[in-house]
Amino acid sequence: MDKKKIVEVKDISMTYHTFNGETEAIKDISFDVYEGEIVGIVGPSGCGKSTLLSIIAGLIKPSIGEVLVNGKNVTKPSKDIGYMFQRDQLFEWRTILQNVLLGLEIQGSIDRKTMEKAEKLLETYGLGDFKNSYPRQLSGGMRQRAALIRTLMVEPNLLLLDEPFSALDYQTRLAISDEIGLILKKEKKTALLVTHDISEAISLSDRIIVLTKRPARIKDIIKPELTCPDGVWSPIKCREAPEFRYYFNKIWKELDVHV
Amino acid sequence: MYNKPVSEEHIKYLERIRMRRRNILIAQVSILVVGLILWEVAARLKWIDSFITSNPSSIWKLFLEYARKGNLFYHVGISVFENVIGFVAGTGLGILVAIGLWWSDFWARVLDPYMVILNALPKTALAPIIIIWVGAGYSGIIVTAITVSIVVTILNMFISFKSVDEDKIRLLNTFGATKFQVLKKVVLPHSIPTMISTLKVNIGLSWVGVIVGEFLVSKAGIGYLIVYGGQVFKLDLVMMSVFILALICALMYKGISILENKVLKWNE
Repeated sequence: MDKKKIVEVKDISMTYHTFNGETEAIKDISFDVYEGEIVGIVGPSGCGKSTLLSIIAGLIKPSIGEVLVNGKNVTKPSKDIGYMFQRDQLFEWRTILQNVLLGLEIQGSIDRKTMEKAEKLLETYGLGDFKNSYPRQLSGGMRQRAALIRTLMVEPNLLLLDEPFSALDYQTRLAISDEIGLILKKEKKTALLVTHDISEAISLSDRIIVLTKRPARIKDIIKPELTCPDGVWSPIKCREAPEFRYYFNKIWKELDVHV
Repeated sequence: MYNKPVSEEHIKYLERIRMRRRNILIAQVSILVVGLILWEVAARLKWIDSFITSNPSSIWKLFLEYARKGNLFYHVGISVFENVIGFVAGTGLGILVAIGLWWSDFWARVLDPYMVILNALPKTALAPIIIIWVGAGYSGIIVTAITVSIVVTILNMFISFKSVDEDKIRLLNTFGATKFQVLKKVVLPHSIPTMISTLKVNIGLSWVGVIVGEFLVSKAGIGYLIVYGGQVFKLDLVMMSVFILALICALMYKGISILENKVLKWNE
């Protein structure tokens, strides 16, 4: 790989302490993410996927190990990193435009140029007519798109997506994951996508990190080679690739789910 | 949606809703009117002793007399003044303390049992102490009014501050927000509906404080009129004061509702 490393995760372990004892959430995890890649992280539920993302975001500190983003040690949240949550977390009392500008407002960098950019992004991604609407007037898919634009506005070069589609119904989820995948590629963003949806991970990711049960370790790193129909990359199209089933079964077996 | 032709059935449906609304209003007004008429008739026919029950016509006469002489507005003005200062200060100070508790988890936990006990205590029991400490005048009455509303304000606001979705705060943190920005951008706006409902409750609570305070020490105000009327057995005066009090409370409540609709337009 001669591409630039955006994220370097080095031997991270994380232990949670509560009054009743301690729980090992993550153990000895190391991996790198290169520029322009979308890396999926899948693992059994409750295995510490979100914890891993929070550590990379600088929201919590690992017990052991360190994370470098753009070569710099992560100790606190930085404006190079954008985070998307399970639910859109739009502020109900703000209009869509005001919501989208939230990050810039915090960083005190709203000016004519950034305003124009916000309007342009809303326009490009089909929310132009809704910029003065309140979140409750929008559908779940549109809200999640607005949340993505809010993240993109602060121009992070790394996006952390924490199951960003899981609160949506199935059809919306397919459509919006396709759209967001295309947006990420178009804006040339590097992204880490935590999900419990195997198909979503395969269709969106350049590489997939499979984690074990708690304490989470890396079980496997898979690089899906999909021949997408028509030779055009699009997450939803790539689900039709003949290799799709193979990767699905492979990950399913590795997750080793017992109910 | 209004451009579509309206079906026969829909017109009937709307008609039914309108009828129902009108019937509710008619019933509401009737209760008041019939009640007043019965009261008046019962007093005139000596079914009840109007010396201890008074009656609407005497109350009305007394009202006109007080209004003409102007001292009605004096008394009402003083009480409203005490009440407004009481609930505005009670709510404002309560919010400030709640912000303090939100800021410091340590102190929130330390003060928790005190808050619980203060909340359970009937604050009017403190009124004599307050009046001795602060003074037997407006200030004592206002402080009593504040005392009645402040504790419940602190508790309600604190609960509301704490109910902000953790992820919303984490979102701001990923943008690099300071604690003050978290407070300003999410915690306070999130709690505006609670602030307004607290304000509504506080108007009533503050009136409790004002009336109790006036019972104890005042030389003017609606509470004073009630106590004075009771002492000289002038039930017309007591009843009139109570009616005026009810009317003012209703108006203030309505005022807050209008404010609520203005502030919470995103919630429609």
